Amino acid sequence: MAQEQQMAVHGKAKGTTGGRKPEWAQGLKRLYDSVVEEPLPDDLAALLARLDEEGQA
Amino acid sequence: MKAAAPTRPPVARSAEDRAAFKRDLAAVVPHLRAFARGLCGRPDMADDLVQETMLKAWAAQDRFEPGTSMRAWTFVILRNIFLTDMRRNRFRGEYDELVAERILVEPAGQEAPLHLADLHNALLLLPPERREAVLLVGAGGFSYEEAAAICGCAVGTIKSRVGRARAALSQMIEAGGAPDADRHGKEAHAAIMDELDMIAAGEGLTEPLR
Repeated sequence: MAQEQQMAVHGKAKGTTGGRKPEWAQGLKRLYDSVVEEPLPDDLAALLARLDEEGQA
Repeated sequence: MKAAAPTRPPVARSAEDRAAFKRDLAAVVPHLRAFARGLCGRPDMADDLVQETMLKAWAAQDRFEPGTSMRAWTFVILRNIFLTDMRRNRFRGEYDELVAERILVEPAGQEAPLHLADLHNALLLLPPERREAVLLVGAGGFSYEEAAAICGCAVGTIKSRVGRARAALSQMIEAGGAPDADRHGKEAHAAIMDELDMIAAGEGLTEPLR
């Protein structure tokens, strides 16, 4: 943990909105969003439906 | 996120409460899938994690404080299951497949095909606590404060983890994608697993938010 304190943020990799982000920074978001936008798999949809049933019990 | 309401003892929820909870839970499932996919790489395992998370969240719904972030609350549950499973070796020995996994994503817009599969592979080579930090902040859009609450650590710790993760990713990307799995994979995997043991054995698990 102490090692992490030594970490000086590289200007290039800086997370501030004003700074120039590395090319892949947007890719990380896209990776995430691409999964968010996937249709829900059947088993997960079925599970949600089962919760519904349980909710009515 | 809404300011923390005074903690109240769990009360039996009304049918309306349960319906609202279910609705909120359903709404975050795609996010749970995205977080899980980023954490563990394999889509099938990621969805197993999501299933477990949904069941646990449903069972624990009386502990959810209405008005707070369902996404943050369920992410805590998911990461705890992930860390516990890691400790139980559930994901061990999967490394080769992790690296072989190619997450094919349509490049958005006209940008040169960003090698998202390489990015994902690079992500999977990060120590898990840095991986989750950069996922929460850089991909999930959580603030440092929210990410710190989810991970149960100080804001400064999250900032340094994100900084380190970004630096490492930059390095790997600029070096032409994730390191060659054959040469470095096993070694990196061993290092990741060592760190995981430390996390899992220590204070890695977070109490579900409120």
